[in-house]
Amino acid sequence: MNNNINLKAPGSRGKRSYALRLMPVAAAVGVCGAVWQAAAGFGGMPAFILPGPMAVAGRLTDSLSDGSLVRHSLVTLGEVLAGMAAGVGAAALLGYLLSKSRLAEQILAPYIVATQAIPVVAIAPLLFIWLGSGLESKVLICALIVFFPVLVNTVIGLRSVSANLRELMRSLGASRWQNFRHLELPAALPVLLGGLKIGATLSVIGAVVGEFIAPDRGLGFLISIARGQYDTALVFVGVFSLVAMALGLYGLVAWAENRFLAWRE
Amino acid sequence: MKEKILEAIHLTKEFTGAEKELRALGEVSFSIAREEFVCVVGPSGCGKSTLLRLLGGLLRPTAGEVLFEGRALAGPSPRIGFMFQLPNLMPWRSVERNIRLPLELDGTPEAEARAAVKDLVKLVGLTGFEGSLPRELSGGMAQRVALARALAHDPEVLLLDEPFGALDAMTRDRMGAELMRIARDRRKTVVMVTHSIPEAILMADRVLALTSRPGRLRLDLAVGLPRPRREEMTYTKKFGAMAERIRAAIGEAV
Repeated sequence: MNNNINLKAPGSRGKRSYALRLMPVAAAVGVCGAVWQAAAGFGGMPAFILPGPMAVAGRLTDSLSDGSLVRHSLVTLGEVLAGMAAGVGAAALLGYLLSKSRLAEQILAPYIVATQAIPVVAIAPLLFIWLGSGLESKVLICALIVFFPVLVNTVIGLRSVSANLRELMRSLGASRWQNFRHLELPAALPVLLGGLKIGATLSVIGAVVGEFIAPDRGLGFLISIARGQYDTALVFVGVFSLVAMALGLYGLVAWAENRFLAWRE
Repeated sequence: MKEKILEAIHLTKEFTGAEKELRALGEVSFSIAREEFVCVVGPSGCGKSTLLRLLGGLLRPTAGEVLFEGRALAGPSPRIGFMFQLPNLMPWRSVERNIRLPLELDGTPEAEARAAVKDLVKLVGLTGFEGSLPRELSGGMAQRVALARALAHDPEVLLLDEPFGALDAMTRDRMGAELMRIARDRRKTVVMVTHSIPEAILMADRVLALTSRPGRLRLDLAVGLPRPRREEMTYTKKFGAMAERIRAAIGEAV
């Protein structure tokens, strides 16, 4: 049984330790693939219930060559990114306000928490009624899902800025903007990026929820079409694409953490 | 005596707590001459730190006022440098960039800031550590960075709030000696809060002793020991007598 889902360790010189670190990961993926292939091959399951990795790989090549996978992925990615931008922007702005004003927090906090008690999935149909089934409603779902974790982390991050450093900035006559730029932003960045990490993966979920409810384009649409046709291999392709997207976004934030938070090590 | 640079006039500070008002400082008046080195001592809770924050414009007095060069002080001034008990360095900034912070905030031109920082790094003996991060520094080194940062604007007055309080005894002595050297070289007026009576006498031209709750000025003692000061002076009779007077002044109200 060979497995075709395998992570190739970079073989370049001088990266030996990196390659060695990647070995267990590659091995784990290999084992998973083997188990999957075994279950699909020997378990006697029909392909429309559990297609083997080979079948999924075949479907992947098909959908890549006819351009449909890329097309749908780009739609979903666009919704995810736009939703994140809107959600993170709104959450950061409101978070800043809440962290500055106890009064604002007292007034707004109950509403914010209440909106979180409503599952976005449950109000998604409403959003489609109000906004139509186009891009806007899906972006809004992403934004709503991203909003809360980023908001909470913004408030926590800004509140955790050391009082001593605030006093230092005051003794130096720093303006509000300087305070933000040189103290609050860098001090809150670790927590902010933590929120963004959660938000990035949640945003992908938001986009798919939207595409399930109002399917016209995107990976969620691809999955629901494939399910309707019992093209289970294509469902797998769609799911893996979503996973790859979430991993990619997560990796991007992790990269930003490494880049901007090196001082923490 | 040289001209007065800093004056406290009937300075009073009350903090409004949840239940009652706390009178931290009750009508304190004194003046400090240019290039004078003054130490403020007193038991904990006597309002020494409050007094220092009032002198630096970080707190507003409930009554009375602070005059800086003859004018009422309305808030923090770049001509008054502050150094706190903890180094308060920004952990994401290197040594060099921590020292540079005050210059960045007031928009000092790049070339000028660079030259100033280079000079300060040398002054506090941190050459070779410019690129280090705060987490890589010892307590003494971190406090050197804080001192350099307080000096960045080349302020007339340095206000120091127990700057060596968190350091071990040996580092503390060495830092004290360096602070005296820098204050003399750069002709700074220094007001330093400390809870160590020997440290105060050894470093200061004048010692102000406060009593607690509310803090009141109980003793204003000119030290009159020759400079440069040496550790050995601690063991002289004169030194002991001064320490005794200060201790008695602080102790009276306890």
